[in-house]
Amino acid sequence: MPSHAETLPPDAPPPRLELRGITKRFPGCLANDHVDLVLQPGEIHALLGENGAGKSTLVKMIYGVLHPDSGTMLWQGAETTVPDPAGARRLGIGMVFQHFSLFDTLTVTENIALGLDNAGPMDQLAGRIREVSERYGLALDPGRHVFHLSVGERQRVEIVRCLLQDPKLLIMDEPTSVLTPQEAAKLFETLRVLAAEGCTILYISHKLEEIRALCSRATVLRAGKVVGAADPRQETARSLAEMMMGAELFTPERPPQSAAGAARLSVRHLSTTSDNPFATNLKDVSFEVRAGEILGIAGVAGNGQAELMAALSGEVLLADAGAVVIEGTSAGHLGPRARRELGLAFVPEERLGRGAVPELSLSENALLSGYAREPLVRGGMVHFARARAYAETIIRGFNVVAHGHRAEARSLSGGNLQKFIIGREILQKPKLLVVGQPTWGVDAGAAAAIHKALIDLARSGAAVLVISQDLDELFVLSDRISVLFHGRLSDSRPTHETTVERIGLLMGGLFGTPPDEDGEITRAV
Amino acid sequence: MTDLALIGPILAAMFAAATPLLFAALGELVVEKSGVLNLGVEGMMLVGAVCGFAVTVQTGSATTGFLVAALAGAATASLFAVLTLFLLANQVATGLALTLFGVGLSALIGQGFVGIPLDGLPKLYIPGLTDLPVVGQAVFGQDVMVYLAVAAVPLVHLFLYRTRVGLVLRAVGENHTAAHALGYKVLRIRFLAVLFGGAMAGLGGAFLSMDYTPMWAENMTSGRGWIALALVVFATWKPARAMLGAWLFGGVTILQLHVQGLGIDVPSQLLSMLPYLATVLVLVLISRDVARIRLNAPACLGKLFHPDA
Repeated sequence: MPSHAETLPPDAPPPRLELRGITKRFPGCLANDHVDLVLQPGEIHALLGENGAGKSTLVKMIYGVLHPDSGTMLWQGAETTVPDPAGARRLGIGMVFQHFSLFDTLTVTENIALGLDNAGPMDQLAGRIREVSERYGLALDPGRHVFHLSVGERQRVEIVRCLLQDPKLLIMDEPTSVLTPQEAAKLFETLRVLAAEGCTILYISHKLEEIRALCSRATVLRAGKVVGAADPRQETARSLAEMMMGAELFTPERPPQSAAGAARLSVRHLSTTSDNPFATNLKDVSFEVRAGEILGIAGVAGNGQAELMAALSGEVLLADAGAVVIEGTSAGHLGPRARRELGLAFVPEERLGRGAVPELSLSENALLSGYAREPLVRGGMVHFARARAYAETIIRGFNVVAHGHRAEARSLSGGNLQKFIIGREILQKPKLLVVGQPTWGVDAGAAAAIHKALIDLARSGAAVLVISQDLDELFVLSDRISVLFHGRLSDSRPTHETTVERIGLLMGGLFGTPPDEDGEITRAV
Repeated sequence: MTDLALIGPILAAMFAAATPLLFAALGELVVEKSGVLNLGVEGMMLVGAVCGFAVTVQTGSATTGFLVAALAGAATASLFAVLTLFLLANQVATGLALTLFGVGLSALIGQGFVGIPLDGLPKLYIPGLTDLPVVGQAVFGQDVMVYLAVAAVPLVHLFLYRTRVGLVLRAVGENHTAAHALGYKVLRIRFLAVLFGGAMAGLGGAFLSMDYTPMWAENMTSGRGWIALALVVFATWKPARAMLGAWLFGGVTILQLHVQGLGIDVPSQLLSMLPYLATVLVLVLISRDVARIRLNAPACLGKLFHPDA
């Protein structure tokens, strides 16, 4: 592939960053194989590839977290090496990480100070954070501790941290997956302003429509190699996805819903109070999910999704047993296992730590939720042969790429682990499946497979509830959509009667009661 | 003697009894905040105790004694640091081994020093203040080490919560992977924290052998290193709470001695248990707040870190 630099007139300024033949090998895998990449000043450049294509490795080398085995790196025309992240920051490289590099028990200000080399006094920094977060519409309270924040709010911390560095090159790894369309649009404005000011943006996202709207050039990686370059504006999302996969993309079809069946899950006047002063309490939430349908619940993180998931799974027991009714049985007072026996299956938002135990093998993880409905335990003893067979069935049935059933859960890529967890739940033939953020950080191929599995499950007669912040996903999956905002749930609308824009406005709070005066979530008394 | 007249000496003795715990606990608190669990506090205290004592006997200088005690504690801790940080040995097992090692090493060094008396440190005398009734002796008549230990409480707090290095140290203890990704030297910070913890444990031990009971006896820390460890956890990693815990332990220690002295018919073994029991019980009760534990417990405590993994 010819370098873009060669096609430029000779008096043009040197590229902001040029990579030549960058190679990085890990034990057992060639993560980057002679990768060339040219980033011009002021351009928004997409880096595309499926999970495991080597995008993260490449950007980690640019940011100095990893070091290339061979190859050269030119910063504004001069050969350079980036010894560590501080060195990268000195050059003017900022990065928003995919797996957030945040510290739970520190405040927003402290977290941001750790990413700046001259943070200055804390109170001044808090002021600057407020200023930047207001300017870019990324609401943040500098004094709050990160462990109180939702996934979406955590991402805002990362973004604000980068913006405070006045970077010349900003690397963004999946920055919008947790924002509302309006917030994302606002972020794009910000990024376009930054680019117009001369900042180069290297943008990684699985949302191909977003890339088509935002980026002017794209480099495509597959299995560690550059396999192509494109102008995303001239491509379709489908052609970009196929370039990444090197194969044809199938799109899951949602066949028209046959008449909805009986209510599998009824939630009636569900309200919660929490000891955690920063939790979002649910307020009089009522809805039903019927056999054969998929109900989508949209909303920005931190509007009560975590509380709703906990109330549905049985992680938090409710005083009012009738607030959650599964298959006609009041279940509000039942724990997770009893609810599973009623036919509930559950896929939490956090894959590692809640959906799977990172250090356990896949067959052990299969056992963890599978034992309730599959014959994996006999007389209190684990039947390992069956657990193994069950794990193998999931791996085959859902095309999970893993080193067999012995692989540790944490060794899988996000998409593959998610396919495994969803497969584990679906193979138990649940009557009701509750899923949080099914494809967060998952590449297009795996996302399509997950979507197809969810649609098939619903069409086979199960009720499916999807709680997601990804509107495109909800529009692909759902028969009806509701919006959760400040702990209240809007009435549901049939998907074909509404639009992304209208749901997006509801996510911003344009229904029911206005937000409290300070714009803050209501706190427990 | 009236009851009121007793309070002064009891208070004074309480502060002194709390001092070794306070040194050791503050050191361990910093170590744990950086994400390292060093269970070898007892061993480091003993090595500090015997080295400080031996040097003071031979040089006659208590200052030199305390300095050497701190160095000896840090040197013992550096063993632990090399094993756990660079050779990735299990922290719990290594810490336990360090305590056993410290017990043995201190007994060996101390062989020639058993039964030698020392003078202890001079008590402060401020005309007027020290003569105050009840609190005069306790608050204004202690020796310099007691004040140093108390002064270390706000200093450690300021260091952890007001300086950038303290922030980095807490960040490393919270999430070493993220700290590494941001470019902080996780192992170097932990190494220095462990050395500091060793030095503080050494000072605590030396206070026992050079001042509190100025003599050397084998195993003379008698479990104070373990109480210091417990204090850190039950104080939810807050220096001021660790100090309250240390005072509580000191107070009950002194009270039960007085009760024993009064000849009340309770087995002395039971009374000797009291300080340990009371400290653990009270601290467990006041630290039940889950949110507080979650906020202050270093999430990476005891986890091994390798920069290339």
